[in-house]
Amino acid sequence: MAELHFPSTLTPLFANFERRVDVDAATVDEALQRLDERWPGLRDRLCESKRELRPHIHVYVDRERATLETPLAARSRVDVIAAISGG
Amino acid sequence: MSRTVLLIGTRKGCFLMESEDDRSGWKLRGPFCEGWPVYHAVYSHGSGAIYAAAASEWLGSAVWRSLDLGETWALSSEGLSYGEEDPRKVSKVSTLAAKDGRVLVGAEAPGIFESRDEGATWSLLSTLSGQPGSEMWDDPANQPPGHLGISALMFDDEDPDRFWAVVQGVGLFETTDYAKTWTPRNRGLRADWPRPHEEVGFCVHKFVRSPADGSRMYQQNHVGMHRSDDTGETWTEITGGLPTEFGFAAAAHPHDRDTFYVIPLDPGHGRNMPDGHGAVWRTRDAGATWQRLDKGLPQENAYVGVLREAMAIDSRDVPGLYFGTSTGQVFASIDEGDTWTELANYLPSIWSVEVAQID
Repeated sequence: MAELHFPSTLTPLFANFERRVDVDAATVDEALQRLDERWPGLRDRLCESKRELRPHIHVYVDRERATLETPLAARSRVDVIAAISGG
Repeated sequence: MSRTVLLIGTRKGCFLMESEDDRSGWKLRGPFCEGWPVYHAVYSHGSGAIYAAAASEWLGSAVWRSLDLGETWALSSEGLSYGEEDPRKVSKVSTLAAKDGRVLVGAEAPGIFESRDEGATWSLLSTLSGQPGSEMWDDPANQPPGHLGISALMFDDEDPDRFWAVVQGVGLFETTDYAKTWTPRNRGLRADWPRPHEEVGFCVHKFVRSPADGSRMYQQNHVGMHRSDDTGETWTEITGGLPTEFGFAAAAHPHDRDTFYVIPLDPGHGRNMPDGHGAVWRTRDAGATWQRLDKGLPQENAYVGVLREAMAIDSRDVPGLYFGTSTGQVFASIDEGDTWTELANYLPSIWSVEVAQID
């Protein structure tokens, strides 16, 4: 099970959203798909298309910058970050 | 007596201002929509829903909706997409229209999406494809930052299949078969730049239709004020007497087809009220003459702008006017523009103001 951590800006958008959640998935993409079933619309907040994350959404797997295709290990830590930009 | 509610879209969320009956004692609520930039917020008289078109730099575009006058909100972007195989992206949703169970939202890249379930889901209705030059609309070079795509939508009061759309920097279009076909409605407009197509290439900032006579329309263009007496088929310039030819906001009197309001701005990069003097301008003779209305508005160092959706007028017997500024003030007049009062200050930069009368 990978351990995912989400930014606080997502909390008010989805009922009973959990910022820390465990998911059994082979890639970042699969993890987000699983969570979109639980919180419909979550994936659209983070991804511009099926292939791309939104420009200011950064994902790190075990502290390394990741893409949707990045594989997850059994105990991977995944941090989803809303990039520091804008004002 | 009905309540009057102002729906205020700002760079940092949506706000509501309410007055119980006499358009005084205004109370502010908000910010709503989690501080997302709200380009336009509207009230649907049929359903009582509020819709807010919003686009977060981080989390993308969505339409927020409240079915209880702002007490609770939800958002949806389901269906707000050109599809996985289409290179166009919905970078923002910028304008809304709601009537008889249908909600339309205009997007950049230029497209119109429709919801028939009170904003829960959306589907693409039209991109106005096939119009002259439409192949250029989706070129990223023609979509500078700030571009709105579809910048205005207006339903006809009687015919459910008829509505108008503005493509920013292209012009005004009319459909009478619910977006199956479109007709450019730009004949007679001025444009001070080369245009590869005769029918389009006009910069329509704001167009309004007289509630008293639907054949009468007014338009603030990038270059000049214009009037139509034949429901947009032809336009005549009526800029003479105004301090500048440039501006965004406009409003048509609800009971008099010849009375119309506009806020002229400096046409340069500032795009503020000229010389720092706050003023709204009114014509009572369809643009033959104009009166400056500035009583109660700041007359020194007021370098404020007012954007295209940021002025509204109610439909009372003596109508009230409301506008919001780029520097977060809301001004109101309940005597047809003769005198003004400041309702709010220190709001985020205001992008839209709409008014609703709720029984």
